[in-house]
Amino acid sequence: MNDAQPLLTVDDLKVSFATEEGVVQAVDGVTFELGAGEVLAVVGESGSGKSVTAMTLMGLTRSPNARFEGNAHYKDTELIGASEDELRRVRGAEIAMIFQDPMTSLNPVHRVGDQIIEQIQEHEGVPDQQARERTVELLERVGIPRARERVDNYPFEFSGGMRQRVMIALALSCNPSILIADEPTTALDVTIQAQILHRIRELREETGAAVILVTHDLGVVADIADRIAVMYAGRIVEQGTLDQIFYDPQHPYTWGLIGSITRVDRPRPERLPAIAGLPPSLANRPEGCHFRPRCPHEFSECPKVPPLEARVDGQAGHLDRCWLPVDEKRAKREVRPGEIGLETKKEAAA
Amino acid sequence: MSVEAPETRAGDGAAGDGARPLVEVEHLKIFFPIKQGILVEREVARVHAVNDVTLHIAEGETLGLVGESGCGKTTMSRAIMRLIDATDGTIRFRGEDVTKAGRKQMEPLRREMQMVFQDPFASLNPRKRVGQIIGMPLRLHGSNRKDVEPQVRELLGKVGLHKEHVNRFPHEFSGGQRQRIGVARALALEPRLIVLDEPVSALDVSVQAQIINLLDDLQDDFRLTYLFVAHDLSVVRHVSDRIAVMYLGKLMEVSPAEELYTKPIHPYTSALLSAIPIPDPEENRRRERLVVGGEPPNPINPPSGCVFHPRCPQATEICRRVEPPLARYPNGHLAACHHPLSVTPEEIKSATKDPTSPLSAGDELPDPTQPGGQAASSAEA
Repeated sequence: MNDAQPLLTVDDLKVSFATEEGVVQAVDGVTFELGAGEVLAVVGESGSGKSVTAMTLMGLTRSPNARFEGNAHYKDTELIGASEDELRRVRGAEIAMIFQDPMTSLNPVHRVGDQIIEQIQEHEGVPDQQARERTVELLERVGIPRARERVDNYPFEFSGGMRQRVMIALALSCNPSILIADEPTTALDVTIQAQILHRIRELREETGAAVILVTHDLGVVADIADRIAVMYAGRIVEQGTLDQIFYDPQHPYTWGLIGSITRVDRPRPERLPAIAGLPPSLANRPEGCHFRPRCPHEFSECPKVPPLEARVDGQAGHLDRCWLPVDEKRAKREVRPGEIGLETKKEAAA
Repeated sequence: MSVEAPETRAGDGAAGDGARPLVEVEHLKIFFPIKQGILVEREVARVHAVNDVTLHIAEGETLGLVGESGCGKTTMSRAIMRLIDATDGTIRFRGEDVTKAGRKQMEPLRREMQMVFQDPFASLNPRKRVGQIIGMPLRLHGSNRKDVEPQVRELLGKVGLHKEHVNRFPHEFSGGQRQRIGVARALALEPRLIVLDEPVSALDVSVQAQIINLLDDLQDDFRLTYLFVAHDLSVVRHVSDRIAVMYLGKLMEVSPAEELYTKPIHPYTSALLSAIPIPDPEENRRRERLVVGGEPPNPINPPSGCVFHPRCPQATEICRRVEPPLARYPNGHLAACHHPLSVTPEEIKSATKDPTSPLSAGDELPDPTQPGGQAASSAEA
């Protein structure tokens, strides 16, 4: 996808919020590209800035205490400085969003059909009957049974999984080129999650929409993503294709994250490997590499901020922010099964 | 199930055979009435939250209780804590019938059973300091204010927090640290049973592992018995000796923990396993996934026969008609299914109807000539 013009280019995006505890740098220099039809997973833990990045693209983080720097180009539109009118044309029609919580993101006092019809008419001004037909079709497409009857139901008459389908139908209603899905299945049961992911995959094949999937669940990522950006404390610490990240993770945080997920298809380890410590407060981040305090492989370079660049030979798209030489990283992360290469130092001292 | 010795892990001092289980749940039913009417409320329907479940938890063991939202797992765990009244059936704790126990009778028992809640943000009072939160159970059970403080400090140390944290408020902690406070509070009275209701689902992956490891250590140190409630099968595996899978108020399968992953017998268990995405792209591409369609039916009108039949890929005519009994397979592995997966015809032939089966279940055991085949997603042995 690198040869074609990217659909979305985010360049050195910075978002900070002034709070009582000082300036919180939620997003600190995020840069990535999204090609047409591609699924990019943005992975990170709570407070890593992944949701703020996604919401900023939609202009949903604007507030008097927020400051923005950097650019986000969608086709010919600059999203970061765009006026509300410009954004309104983009939102829903060009870039649509699916939120995490299907219980609170639909309006409880309007019929679900009306909420979708409103969006179609707002952007395309088609007659009522036509908008309604399209809504029924959309609901069918996302797998809602008896869509023609259910279009007149209220959100409370739907289960969580069904509401999330309605959210997806709403997001797809104007054939957006980019779908931003912020933890779309976190609130759902696993069997329903499998259905929804299956649906998102099919729809992406049918419509060719690019997807930005924000999630903390690497299982979901392995299921659906083409490329991955791993975020930690407001920065992308590693970026690459699915296989690069899973099979040759460069940043210690990434390999720790991958190592500490539980797998149902493997024998159970004696003890669950865990990354020691906690992510830093965004109001008070350590200098240089933010992962430094939790990393047992810290050395003299680490107090300097490592740039996000390609460090693996012949893998131009595989970027990371870690000063360690590639060979050393590979040696350090290849440890006994049940360990993640982040055990040493701190645990030995304890 | 009778008191099968649970598959014990190395270094785990689980109760031996023959000992009386700590918790005995017999044919427990919990129905919630739905009432309608303006002046006189009449019961128009019932939600069958827990529908004839029999389960025992041995001293020192960890029982994982797994199911999707609305399957009755939380209702059942709360009934064991006597936070909800049973509609029918009996619950015994240490051999004592607590099903209808009053406040007075429960008070001494409450010391011995504690709970850790799912949401570490909602389950700690934001206006109280950590010391007060952890010290409250001790105070309620008659300790002096003076004696409480050193105990609280000690508890903080045990759950991996600093002793200086005693004067802080909950908002000063992250989710994982808050959950540690919740665990310390549950430990304060030195209980025998801790009910853990999805204790890590609200936490980040890297923190989940820390809490699970902490729970594991504490179990060894304090000889605790855990009932670990979870909504999926990935986390529960690392703590459980046995796992019970629930669906729509009924037990589908009860198995020694590891065996459930290598040899799931009930199609629902197999579906749950198969639905968990594997964090390994190649494995994921290779593996055959069984995506079960539909959603759990309404527990007001549960389906006839096997409650899973409307969604089950294996379902046949008998599943609609006859509720399958819990059949007992080798290793004390129980499953309520007419078309069991991953078992050989010999194993089916030797299966017996387990006495813990629901009273409404039929006597029909699976047909050895028609084994249900292999599970769609079985783990590497």
